[in-house]
Formats: sequence, C-alpha cells, structure tokens
Amino acid sequence: MHSRTGTPTPVHPTVTETPVITTSGLTKTYRAHRSHGPEVTALDGVDLHVREGEVFGVIGQSGAGKSSLIRCINLLERPTAGTVTVDGQDLTALVGRGRRASRALREARSRIGMVFQHFNLLSSRTVRDNVELPLEILGMSGRDRSRKALDLLDLVGLADKADAHPAQLSGGQKQRVGIARALAGDPKVLLSDEATSALDPETTRSILQLLRDLNRQLGLTVLLITHEMDVVKSICDSAALMERGRVVESGTVGELLATPGSALASALFPVGGEATGTDRTVVDVTFRGESATQPVVSRLARTYNIDISILGAAVDTVGGRQIGRMRIELPGRYEDNVVPVGFLREQGLQVDVVTEQDRQPVPVEEGAHK
Amino acid sequence: MSTTDWSEMQPLLTQACRDTFYMVGWSALVAVAGGLPLGILLVLTDRGGLLSNTVANKVVGQLVNVARSMPFIILMIALMGFTRWITGTTIGRDAAIVPLAIGAIPFFARLVETAVREVDGGLVEAVQAMGGNTWTVVRKVLVPESLPSLVSSTTTTIVALIGYSAMAGTVGAGGLGDIAIRYGYQRFETQLMWITVAILAVVISLIQFAGDCTARALYRRGGRSSPAPALRFLKAATAGSRTA
Repeated sequence: MHSRTGTPTPVHPTVTETPVITTSGLTKTYRAHRSHGPEVTALDGVDLHVREGEVFGVIGQSGAGKSSLIRCINLLERPTAGTVTVDGQDLTALVGRGRRASRALREARSRIGMVFQHFNLLSSRTVRDNVELPLEILGMSGRDRSRKALDLLDLVGLADKADAHPAQLSGGQKQRVGIARALAGDPKVLLSDEATSALDPETTRSILQLLRDLNRQLGLTVLLITHEMDVVKSICDSAALMERGRVVESGTVGELLATPGSALASALFPVGGEATGTDRTVVDVTFRGESATQPVVSRLARTYNIDISILGAAVDTVGGRQIGRMRIELPGRYEDNVVPVGFLREQGLQVDVVTEQDRQPVPVEEGAHK
Repeated sequence: MSTTDWSEMQPLLTQACRDTFYMVGWSALVAVAGGLPLGILLVLTDRGGLLSNTVANKVVGQLVNVARSMPFIILMIALMGFTRWITGTTIGRDAAIVPLAIGAIPFFARLVETAVREVDGGLVEAVQAMGGNTWTVVRKVLVPESLPSLVSSTTTTIVALIGYSAMAGTVGAGGLGDIAIRYGYQRFETQLMWITVAILAVVISLIQFAGDCTARALYRRGGRSSPAPALRFLKAATAGSRTA
C-alpha cells in the first residue's frame, strides 16, 4: 500500500486501450427555478472514453457543461439520462432511490480522487489532518492514517508543511495538499476540476508537472476539465472540446491534428498569416511523429524550384512526440500547385488548403483566466 | 425595612447571582443541545441541501418563527402545563428553566443556521467526493468549520438568556433581574437596583469577553488573522442590558 509512495520509479505512460471512464448518452437537464422556468440543458448526450493511464482534457468555455460533466462522473450531480462507468463499474446503477447517495456509490466515490479549483481544504484542520480526512471516512486507524498522510505529503513535496494550516499556504501549496488528499484512497482515477484556474502561470506549470508525474509514476488516469488551452497542450494525451453541453471533438492529440478542420487542433497549434497576394496558395501542413523531423520544406523548394514563404508555425511536444503545424504560401493559384501539394502528402504530411473562409478566429480562448 | 446596609444586601445578591447562573446555565445547555441540531437541520433540509425536504424545512422554520415571535413572558405562561409535566411545579428556579430553554432553542437555532450556511459548499462537495455521507459532512465539515461562529452564537444566546431570566422572577425563580425589579422598581430602593444592574453589566461583559476570546482563538487556530473587532464585548454588553 505504501510502496508507491516510496522512491518513485519513473515509468513510461502505459496508456492501454482499456477504457477506465466511459460515459454514454450522458444528459443533464435542470430547471433554474424548481418547477417553473425554462429547462437548461447542461449536458446533451455526452459520450466520453477515457483510456487507462492517460491524461484526458475536456476543454470548453464557461457554461459549456464541463463542470456538470466532471460532477456527473462521480455522481455529485445526477445525470438525467445516460450511464457512467468508472473502472468497469456502472455508477449510475448505484444511485439510491432518494437524494442521498447509496453506500455502494459512496464506496465507489472513495476510489475516485477529485481536486478542485478552490482547493476546498478544511480551514479548521492542519494540512496533515486534511489529508487524513478521506482516510477517516474509510475507517483507517489513527496511526496508519498519520503515516499514510505523511507519505502522501512527501509525494507532493509538502512533508515539511504537515502541521501548517491551509491559510498559511500559497495557492500552489494548497493545491498540492488537495492532490495529496485526492490520492489518499489509492484511486485509479483522478478528476481535476479546473485545478489550476486559480493559480498563476508559474504555479500552474508546477501543478501540471506534478499531475503528469503522478500519472506516470502511479499509472493514474487523469480526467481534467479546463478552459485553458495551455493545460491541454502541456499535459494531455487526449482531449475533448465541449460546446453547449455536447462534445464536438474528441480524440488523442494526434488524432485531432489529423482531423481536417479540427477546431481543437487549430487552437492547440494556432497558425496565422494571410496570403500576401491573390495569386497565392496557402496551405497548412501538419507534422506528426517522424515527419516532424524531416526537412520537407527545403526539399519541396529544391525539388520544384519554387519560393516558399512560411506565414506561421507552431511546433510542440505533446505526449512526448513532436507535433506541429505550419502555414506556408506557394506562388500561384491552387491549380498550379497540385503537384507540390501532392508531394507534401506523399511525405506523410497532412495538408489542408486554406481558403478565405477558413481563416476564422480560433473558437477556444487560449490562456485566458476566469 | 430598608436594605441599604451591605451586610443585608450581600446575601441577597449572592443568592440572586447563584439563581441566575443556575437558570441561565441549564437553559443555555438545553438550548445548545436542542438548537444545534435544529439549526443544522434547517440548513440540510433547505432547497439544494443534502437532505432537501421543502415540507420539513417549512414546518421547522415556521415552528421556529412562532416560538421566536412570542414574548418571553407569554411563553412562560403558555408553557405552564408543560413545565409542570416536566418539573412537577410551575414555581421556582427549576420551573423557570423550562420556558427559558424552550425560548432560547429557536433563537439559537436561527443563529446556528446562519453560521452553518456560511460554510463553503465546496467543502461539502469535497467530502461527498471522498465518499462521506451526510453525517460525515455534519461532523467533519459543518460543525468544525463553523465552530468560531457557533461559539459566538452561544455567547449571544447566554447573554439573551440573562436578559430573559429577569422575567423569571414572576414565577418566583429569583435571580438578579428579579432583585432589580422587586427592590428597585417596586420598593424604590434605587441603590440596590443600580448595584444589580452593575453586576449584570459586569457579568455580561465578562461572558461576552470570554466568548469573543474563545471564538477568536478558534478562528486563529486555523492560521487566519482575526476579523473580530477587539472591543466588540462593550457593544454586546449594552445590547444585553437592553433585552433585560
């Protein structure tokens, strides 16, 4: 039980095809004012598949339904329709008849960790006692609780703050306590509800790094919701874009990039730049994996003896792989460039020809704070 | 007969103090024991609460309102039958405790309700996410997190009870308020009345001071800086004597 909190042995992310969180047809409607007033649809038939060992990011603007989604996963909110399966267990089947959570549901919840935007630490308890709280609920004895809490605090790098109170900690430290507390029940799954949205960029990075490390060391599956594209960019293996209660795009970052016209891909790798004249062809080239390391642009220029202008480019390492986009401009209209475009496709690149209508603003705000 | 001599006044006042503390102490204890669960229940049964139950919430809320709107002296008379059933008598200190406690329960319950409502809903959600049930939420979150406010509420209730206890003299329960009324108002022995008032002021100030210190210490225990103004007990002392 304590072995995993000992010396961390870095292992590679073992993302398997086993689904660990699955929602199907998840729908949540509620009325703003009890029985009258208009019905609000927070979730509208959401199908989500989170694989074991991955970091899955759900991104969307405020009001898109992200918050309802993550709360429906551990049934803090009851879905109106649809099912939620976590680690092979259909949680929606565990819901008791009344409003109160059944014993089986509460047990299932104790195996799902959750971290919150505003940390939600008890101000009347010390850091250590906060981490012990879920262990108290699990009925662990006092000495075991204390030892485990210290191990967990050590894991998040806060062993020296065990006897401090939350009010004495910085935001980043509070979130570390929140993470330690979420790990107390040895969860397979960690739900992160805008965990970094109340933090400054520097602290955000360190918390994301911690989540990434935990994901790798413990094989922890992380489902996070965020409105910050940077969060998805820095730690997510897969992502889903939510709009008005629906998942409009979903997949691994690689899959998303391969999807023509993917709003998430263009938000993750924004490439701007207008054509410098009417007699030009603008194409977006997407690199993934090995093709990212090939000098394709210079090869193209040499092979066809054409001048290529780079209008914009974004290259990044996502999930340990080089992924990027580049917007280049070729002289002449599209009809004149069929052969060079074909050449690029032959190199294993994804090529999207950009027309005027495509150059629309990115739908998801990037790096914005609430 | 005139009671201007200290040797005559002293035993009178000692007994009165003892009666007041006895009545207030027991009724405060009952008020906390009854008002705390009632106040928490008001929060839990409210719409969106963990035990959301509109009917129960309305019934309890209305009961509390009716009890609170009743002037204490009327409550005391109205409860005579009940008092006799509990204590076997309607006269004396023990008999006064019953209406005092019954009057203070809804008063304290409302204060508890306000205090508990202040607790961040996110904490409740966090404990639910850990697999805690409603009882866990009450025990581990609602009560400990609102403890400083609950202590303040208890102080306010005790001070109010000292005020109400002056009226207990009408059922022969004695106490400081009774002395002030009987000797000061009915016999024009103003000296004794002013001494009683002074004692009441000192007692109330001390209770308020102790309560404020405790609440502040509990609040600071969480590593926070205190929001309570240092001289609050002076304000409360004047408010306390007004209720008497």
